[in-house]
Amino acid sequence: MKLSVDRERCCGAGMCALTAPEVFDQDGEDGRVLLRDPQPPHRHHAAAREAAAICPAAAITVIEARQT
Amino acid sequence: MQQHPSTPPPTEPTIPAAAPLSEPVTLPTARPTGCPFDPPAELAQLREERPLRRMQYPDGHQGWLATGHSVVRSILADSRFSSRYELMHLPLPGGPAELPPAPPGDMSGLDAPEHTRYRRLLMGKFTVRRMRELTARVEEITAEHLDTMERHGGPVDLVTAFAQPVPALMICELLGVPSADRDIFQRHTATVTDQSTTFKDQMAAYTAIQEIIHGLVLAKRARPTDDLLSDLAQDSELTDEELAGVGAFLLGAGLDTTANMLALGTFALLSNPDQLAALRSDSGLVDQTVEELMRYLSIADTGIRAALEDVELDGHLIKAGETVTVSIQAANRDPKRFPEPDALDVHRKATGHLGFGHGAHQCLGQQLARVEMRVAFPALLTRFPTLRLAVPPEDIPLRTRSNIYGVHRLPVTWDQESGR
Ligand code: SF4
Repeated sequence: MKLSVDRERCCGAGMCALTAPEVFDQDGEDGRVLLRDPQPPHRHHAAAREAAAICPAAAITVIEARQT
Repeated sequence: MQQHPSTPPPTEPTIPAAAPLSEPVTLPTARPTGCPFDPPAELAQLREERPLRRMQYPDGHQGWLATGHSVVRSILADSRFSSRYELMHLPLPGGPAELPPAPPGDMSGLDAPEHTRYRRLLMGKFTVRRMRELTARVEEITAEHLDTMERHGGPVDLVTAFAQPVPALMICELLGVPSADRDIFQRHTATVTDQSTTFKDQMAAYTAIQEIIHGLVLAKRARPTDDLLSDLAQDSELTDEELAGVGAFLLGAGLDTTANMLALGTFALLSNPDQLAALRSDSGLVDQTVEELMRYLSIADTGIRAALEDVELDGHLIKAGETVTVSIQAANRDPKRFPEPDALDVHRKATGHLGFGHGAHQCLGQQLARVEMRVAFPALLTRFPTLRLAVPPEDIPLRTRSNIYGVHRLPVTWDQESGR
């Protein structure tokens, strides 16, 4: 899994940092998303997917690894 | 279907021929008697028939009503739908014929880039981490109010003894607003959100809040203290008027939201003894109970947007200029999204609810609200293991004429002799 975030879209609601704190954080100054781990280990995939799904600004993109 | 002579027809007329269901409806508001937590029953029926449909507005406008979770969510996320008040038709009678544009600082009535400018100044102040750092202080304030309740003994009105003061003191501290003025603010805020007061009175109450904050802003510019208003006064390019507006906006948002969740949420838990027992027996359920209460109660029950351009959605064409009313309460009870939606279920994973809204305007203070609720509910329940209503449930006065649903009073009591 690969993640990317669009800090321009982000509205700082913090759903990502709340849902998947190992993967996402918020900038202490401007509140916008920070990607702590663009390629999180498997155990964080479900939370990262959920964060992407509920992000109010659609600022998180998940690229799933191709199943082999 | 309404014709707009000034708007050219869409290039591809993909709209299905008008079906009988396309008769415009009005917004249902009457909650079923005896079910203070349920949305109006007609909403469920409308949602089942068509999650997006024509709606007749009181001023004669024909716009739309969205009731399905997925369509409500897409509308709120779509920047082609504006939040500017002056573009909206009101879904309920009694309001002014035309809404004036948002006053300075009222970011909920703005679109990008004006909205973004305010939002960016503020969102760093309301992050998950910053709000969690307030936990200890929320615990302190909560405990103080529970102490007072305990000393007083039941019955007490949970609204004035607990649900209102705890979040109010927090937002006052955070902003740097003297808590001595809390009662005045609380009264004015109640007027602003009360649909049964005239628009003129609402504006007067809003202006009154803003004038007090304006005075504070000037003081903080001169002599900054350690709080949010001072921070903004120091390092932002906001004018005094804008800053006073932001202060008034944040204060209002902090005063009349979590307070209603705490009181109505307690009422809901007391009315669902099995759920209450589950929560009492497993403190690990607190976080998801808070989300479930947000979903189940949907106290900010309705949102309004206005289409800036023609938008095709769900097989319909929403024309530029048309107003769309989004029913948050209907969306949060959509069985397509939440199985058995009308049950309060503390074991449910309610994430994805729209209780804090969605899109660029999603509640800025939601992480503060979460911290407050995550502390206050368990503290209250632990302190009073025998907490119960002090009057029959049908005697609890409901805030049916407010933008934010809740209860006016919640008389509760508990066994005093058994220790607590
Ligand atoms: S959930 Fe989305 S909008 Fe909110 S902070 Fe994270 S990336 Fe930004």
